[in-house]
Amino acid sequence: MNYFPDEVLEHVFDFITSHKDRNSVSLVCKSWYKIERYSRQRVFIGNCYSISPERLIARFPGLKSLTLKGKPHFADFNLVPHDWGGFVYPWIKALAKSRIGLEELRLKRMVVSDESLELLSKSFVNFKSLVLVSCEGFTTDGLAAIAANCRFLRELDLQENEVDDHRGHWLSCFPESCTSLISLNFACLRGEVNLGALERLVSRSPNLKSLRLNRAVPLDTLQKLLMRAPQLVDLGIGSYVHDPFSEVYNKLKIAIQRCKSIRSLSGFLEVAPHCMSAIYPICGNLTFLNLSYAPGLHGNKLMKLIQHCRKLQRLWILDCIGDKGLGVVALTCKELQELRVFPSDPFGAGNAAVTEEGLVLVSAGCPKLNSLLYFCQQMTNAALITVAKNCPNFIRFRLCILDPIKPDPVTNQPLDEGFGAIVQSCKGLKRLSLSGLLTDQVFLYIGMYAEQLEMLSIAFAADSDKGMLYVLNGCKKLRKLEIRDCPFGDAALLEDVGKYETMRSLWMSSCEVTLGGCKSVAEKMPSLNVEIIDECEQMEFNLDDKQKVDKMYLYRTLVGHRKDAPEYVSIL
Amino acid sequence: MEVGLKMTMKGGGGDHVGGCDKEKMGFEETELRLGLPGGGGGGGDGEVVRKRGFSETVDLKLNLSSKQDTSGIDPNDEKVKGLHQEKNLLLSAIDPAKPPAKHIMLEIDESNNEVVLVVKKETLHNILIQEKYLNDYRAQVVGWPPVRSFRKNMLATTTQKSSSEESGEKAALVKVSMDGAPYLRKVDLRMYTSYHQLSDALAKMFSSFTIGNCGSQGIKDFMNESKLMDLLNGSDYVPTYEDKDGDWMLVGDVPWDTKSCGEMQEEKLKEVGVVNRATCSFDL
Repeated sequence: MNYFPDEVLEHVFDFITSHKDRNSVSLVCKSWYKIERYSRQRVFIGNCYSISPERLIARFPGLKSLTLKGKPHFADFNLVPHDWGGFVYPWIKALAKSRIGLEELRLKRMVVSDESLELLSKSFVNFKSLVLVSCEGFTTDGLAAIAANCRFLRELDLQENEVDDHRGHWLSCFPESCTSLISLNFACLRGEVNLGALERLVSRSPNLKSLRLNRAVPLDTLQKLLMRAPQLVDLGIGSYVHDPFSEVYNKLKIAIQRCKSIRSLSGFLEVAPHCMSAIYPICGNLTFLNLSYAPGLHGNKLMKLIQHCRKLQRLWILDCIGDKGLGVVALTCKELQELRVFPSDPFGAGNAAVTEEGLVLVSAGCPKLNSLLYFCQQMTNAALITVAKNCPNFIRFRLCILDPIKPDPVTNQPLDEGFGAIVQSCKGLKRLSLSGLLTDQVFLYIGMYAEQLEMLSIAFAADSDKGMLYVLNGCKKLRKLEIRDCPFGDAALLEDVGKYETMRSLWMSSCEVTLGGCKSVAEKMPSLNVEIIDECEQMEFNLDDKQKVDKMYLYRTLVGHRKDAPEYVSIL
Repeated sequence: MEVGLKMTMKGGGGDHVGGCDKEKMGFEETELRLGLPGGGGGGGDGEVVRKRGFSETVDLKLNLSSKQDTSGIDPNDEKVKGLHQEKNLLLSAIDPAKPPAKHIMLEIDESNNEVVLVVKKETLHNILIQEKYLNDYRAQVVGWPPVRSFRKNMLATTTQKSSSEESGEKAALVKVSMDGAPYLRKVDLRMYTSYHQLSDALAKMFSSFTIGNCGSQGIKDFMNESKLMDLLNGSDYVPTYEDKDGDWMLVGDVPWDTKSCGEMQEEKLKEVGVVNRATCSFDL
């Protein structure tokens, strides 16, 4: 092992890019650990509270790209208060102080202040790429700082963030000398943008491959942008409303036809459905189509559009496509790997237009399907069993029946057998979300068959502690478990506390676990932070161990209790 | 099991029940107010449901007799106000955005020469259950369904925008089907100020299927505003199209509006079918 000089090993390690593999490499021996850590450029931290910035910097001095995730997944659904944590500022501050030459920062579910963005923009000369997903806490002023100060910026990618739009001139803050942009995505911004500045920016960015516009960018600007950037690979259309007999529309048709490289299409935040034919010329090359923000597009117009997309690999759509529309997908999109069907009316009762029928059609027509997110009105065991047979390759299977405890409407039975078939057939399943009426039985199946399962989301399910125990005992590769409104109590929680150290995190809300149970876990496992989130401040006045805990979030960590928790969070 | 909505009719002719007092009593007994999910829509504002209401049997009797008294109705008349109430009631029951029209049927009672408007009991029941369910759920369940707030807000904004653009001109379009008819019709309930008028209109719409020849005039009258009127002169064929529910609809009932993302769109005409009214067979 020590026959090779370090430089050779380093060169070999350069070819190892997956985080998991590099982590394994570092465990082989001391010298490999040392070589690996000096050569490591990309680090992924799934829970920002599991490690501190200082230790990160100490171990990986060559760090160039950092990915951080903050709040737990259920924060997406308003189950976690806004100021719970996940602040990026301390990370940027620590990195800025060090000699790390940060070039890329990717954040998910973190709180990002304008101050952090400004510090970021001024501290790293070679900073190239900022990707923010589901973050909050910043305004367009922060974006202005990034635009103004990052001289070699290549990527600014804002996905589904809550941004306070000051309608400033952040786009105008990109200096004339900035010509390096490859990717610009500001679809989530609600405010006006300076259209002239946008046009000029695109004109001087010959490497621009990905451009996603917000709702405020009208069609005639889109047409001009496409004329200047026919090399685009990924396009997000903002507003698509216009008169089909106008000059602008004709120009648009010409512009679109020049864009022969577009493989990914999204947006249509405002859409006039009778003008979709201009898009047809590029549909044949699309591998990704995201229409999940376009409720105005449905029925025959939608189906006709999809009929042109024969090479589609990923489709994100609203449920107004209907079972019939999914039938069209099944006939047309033979290369489909990922399907996401979102609810167009999350509170609509009985009007969700997709049922088990649509899913069965797609499973029959698209044998390569491996990733699913499906919001539907109802599901049957028979359908799930058929889907399991048709598509044994699922890696991600997330089903959400809008009525969370709905049984199989045909047999009135729970959906245990259906999901059981899924886990038994899909041997590579890594992520599973359950819904509908479910008993302990489904968890027995999951524990037995879901050997590769890494993430499991459960809501309104199970009859007893047994359910949770089946999962904890059976799923050896489980990393994230999130549970809400299930009858799991201390017995399940305390059965095998050592298990939690092998996992990233466990979330339990509106279950039967008590304060005493949580304290017990914290006592036995000092390597875990056990957080009780108590917004009603019940705990302060009533420290009875028998009291049920409303929200508990526990995670493994190397750095003990965090110091930035708000008052209503107790770390046991 | 089917339960019809029975409203006693004001106006002359036929077999309508009794005088004013009886009518008033009739209204109270059968008063059925439906609050719609979302609180918007055809007119209901989340009012209280009286369970008694939908166990009553109500028939809307449409008289096809030519002796019908079609005199105008004084809008200030107490009974007419009551009729307006009923209309709102009916509007709520037949929200165009909600359950498909198959649950609301016209049945021909040939012995009495009547056409009966029937609403399925299960439909009413389902509307009520779902609405209550929704209200309970919305109040209690945080974070369900599991959709990112960002996405929810985006969709809410988009929907608000499109509906505010259309709200000024929104027609209260309701699908009407008749057993045995080869196609369905759509009626703009806003165009009628009384049940009498509605019943006349419906009678005209479907008379061609019961009476034969004299129907063609009635159909043409209804096509007054359609650009397709000329096509129908002397023709036994009518253009139809298939809507998103899979029903065959007569072309022309939905106002021509290029902004509407509803059923009548430019290219749709290429896909219309054609119905031979004489034989009631389809040609595509």
